[in-house]
Amino acid sequence: MKAMILGFIAIAVIAVSGDLIMDQMGWSAEEQGSSSSNVRLD
Amino acid sequence: MRDARNPLCFLFVAVLALTTLLTAGFSSPTFAQEAAETEIDRSATGGATTLEDIMRRQQGLQTNDNASRASNVGDPSAAAGLSEQLGTLGGASDPDLWRGMRFNAADVTTQVRGPASEVLIQDRGMWWLQFREGPLLTYGGYLLLGTLGFLLLFFLVRGRVRIDGEKTGRRIERFKNFERFGHWLLAGSFILLGITGLVSLMGRKFLIPAFGHDAFAWIAGYSKWVHNNVSWAFMIALVMIFVMWVVHNLPDKTDIKWLAKGGGLFGGGHPPAKKFNAGQKLIFWSVIVLGASISVSGLSLLFPFELPLFAKTFAVLNSTGLPEMLGFGVLPETMTPHEEMQYAQLWHAIVSFVLMAIILAHIYIGSVGMEGAYDAMGSGMVEEQWAKEHHSLWVEEVQKRERDAPGNATPAE
Repeated sequence: MKAMILGFIAIAVIAVSGDLIMDQMGWSAEEQGSSSSNVRLD
Repeated sequence: MRDARNPLCFLFVAVLALTTLLTAGFSSPTFAQEAAETEIDRSATGGATTLEDIMRRQQGLQTNDNASRASNVGDPSAAAGLSEQLGTLGGASDPDLWRGMRFNAADVTTQVRGPASEVLIQDRGMWWLQFREGPLLTYGGYLLLGTLGFLLLFFLVRGRVRIDGEKTGRRIERFKNFERFGHWLLAGSFILLGITGLVSLMGRKFLIPAFGHDAFAWIAGYSKWVHNNVSWAFMIALVMIFVMWVVHNLPDKTDIKWLAKGGGLFGGGHPPAKKFNAGQKLIFWSVIVLGASISVSGLSLLFPFELPLFAKTFAVLNSTGLPEMLGFGVLPETMTPHEEMQYAQLWHAIVSFVLMAIILAHIYIGSVGMEGAYDAMGSGMVEEQWAKEHHSLWVEEVQKRERDAPGNATPAE
């Protein structure tokens, strides 16, 4: 039971961390495809 | 061995269902659009689109006027002089321009970054949309419901697989904490991914009518976040499971005996098995192979247009001659970026459906389907009699290890 709960907690930790890391790498789900990150102003 | 036959049986049903899904889906009129074309007399228009074409298209029917439409995208060399009428259009009328955009022949320049930003209209996406909302959704749903129905029927007919012999009261450690952690990391993430994946695929059809657009927008938004980010836990767990258990899942001669006896399906007692029997090995390799395939196609979807997979894969497959042999013809080897994503989405969903069906059977046999099975992943300790019935060779190994342990050595006289 302890291993199961730890596994589920790990899923939540990895998911939140994954989201933060993706944001840092410029793959934010919110920004992806938005005009502010995609429009070239040259 | 009565319990162990079940995973094998379920796997067979799943493979059969996959074959049906693929056969029905890929041979459907939606997929093979060419087959459904109707001959229309275009002599009056010189081969160009007729009123009948337009009417058929408005009714959602197929037409085969794409050849003339794709070629009529304007000719800049025939442009009228700047001082003449229509001169500023450069030889292409508005319809010419739209056709050019639709058939990816227009000279598009854009300030939007991204590999697919110059594709303004993706004309070849309709077959994907129709396949996604038609056969994929329908047969995928049937596969899951059919598996659940089969399991229910099996339970009603067969009942719970009980421990045959008398329980000893002694317990053996089957899985260590770390192994069970890896299992639940994989299991929990897969269940979340399965549910949120189904919401993404089927929500429009089933959840909007039930809860309305506003509620579905909220559900779909969070589902997407969960699906995208929980995928990392699934991939990490998949690697963990592979590393931990691959040694125990390599095929050996006990599997042949186990399979020859049908896992005990036709009587003859419990066939001997090591830590994992042949049925469990099939589950393991299904999870590894299908899970890896889902992960790769998922990464392709997670990083849109960055990891195109299918044109290259199809080229390799075509070189083997296998697709033609199976009646699929020559698979497309050049694709627009959007087409790559469409194939990735379909493959991701099809393989996921198959793995979900297999895992439903796995969940059944590991919980309500068999007495004593859940303990292996619950507490990690299993009843000795259960272990002797289902994994007799493994029990012998464990007992020998215990006897040979330094603390248990018989002192020399």
